Amino acid sequence: MTNMENNILACRNLWKSYGKKEALKGLNLSIDRGRIVGLLGPNGSGKTTLIKLICGLLTPTDGGIFVDKKEIGVETKKVVSYLPERTYIPEWMKVTDILDMFEDFYADFKRERALQMLESLNINPADKIKTLSKGTKEKVQLILVMSRDADLYLLDEPIAGVDPAARDYILKTIITNYNENATVIISTHLITDIETVLDEVVMIKNGELVMHKTVDEIREENGMSVDQLFREVFRC
Amino acid sequence: MAWEFTNDRPVYLQIMDVIQKRIISGQYKAGDKLPAVRELAEEAQVNPNTMQKALSELEREQLIFAQRTSGRFVTYDDKRILQLRESRAENVVCEFMEQMTELGYGLEEIVYKVNNFGGEEE
Repeated sequence: MTNMENNILACRNLWKSYGKKEALKGLNLSIDRGRIVGLLGPNGSGKTTLIKLICGLLTPTDGGIFVDKKEIGVETKKVVSYLPERTYIPEWMKVTDILDMFEDFYADFKRERALQMLESLNINPADKIKTLSKGTKEKVQLILVMSRDADLYLLDEPIAGVDPAARDYILKTIITNYNENATVIISTHLITDIETVLDEVVMIKNGELVMHKTVDEIREENGMSVDQLFREVFRC
Repeated sequence: MAWEFTNDRPVYLQIMDVIQKRIISGQYKAGDKLPAVRELAEEAQVNPNTMQKALSELEREQLIFAQRTSGRFVTYDDKRILQLRESRAENVVCEFMEQMTELGYGLEEIVYKVNNFGGEEE
């Protein structure tokens, strides 16, 4: 299905245990460049664990992960842009401070792009993070992440806390900002909102891969939307 | 505004429908340059790859053509556009007839209904 040249992410027999609890059980996954991928699964299925492993924030118990055919390390961290579930921006900072920080940290950070996005969402760069609403903080965080010229974007629940208008803007940002060589992996429960934006869907459950298909395949083969299929596959 | 899509069919097919309608209705005229893939993807709020796929399919149907450096254009072939209009109309009639038959209408009754629709004549 995928050819080696184009591969941006490969997981081979990936295991991760927290003590006795097995979060990932021999996951095999291969994802190409230029794709927008939905990472779907019920709570506790291993989505965040997988994302953190790709970022190098966790180390696998067994098996391998490769970003652009390289093992996780300094080189892969340069090309991975990660939006965590929870924001980590220090409250005392101003928006401009955090822009400075990203500029220092990441060679591929495009300040101009970030400023543009802040402006279209009416966020004043001089504002203190402390004074921003929860949704606005999330927007700032996403803007930072999408303002990098990365090869692999990992967005963990990027749209959960923002209003529908901002959600549309964020999706637009994702569609228009990533380049053909980059891949975006979005983990979310709000499938309907992002379904038309996705190329393919990865469903995991109890740390195992349940399905990896294109959205077109799902609709053609099952005659239903990804959201409907999700409800069927993960019926409680 | 994002385009409306239903759940039961692949999105690229539904995009093709929208663009076909725009061509038939003259919103995009013969020989017109189409907006860029990204622009259309942004308008429809879909993935650029999906938009690309829809446009490639329309190319295969010879409804639009690509010029290597300058973009995609609506065909100059008016006959092709008329033909598409015919086949779309055919589909609409087909669906309509199915629904009327389900409601228990016979052909004559249907013709009568259509003739008297809105008090207007064809």
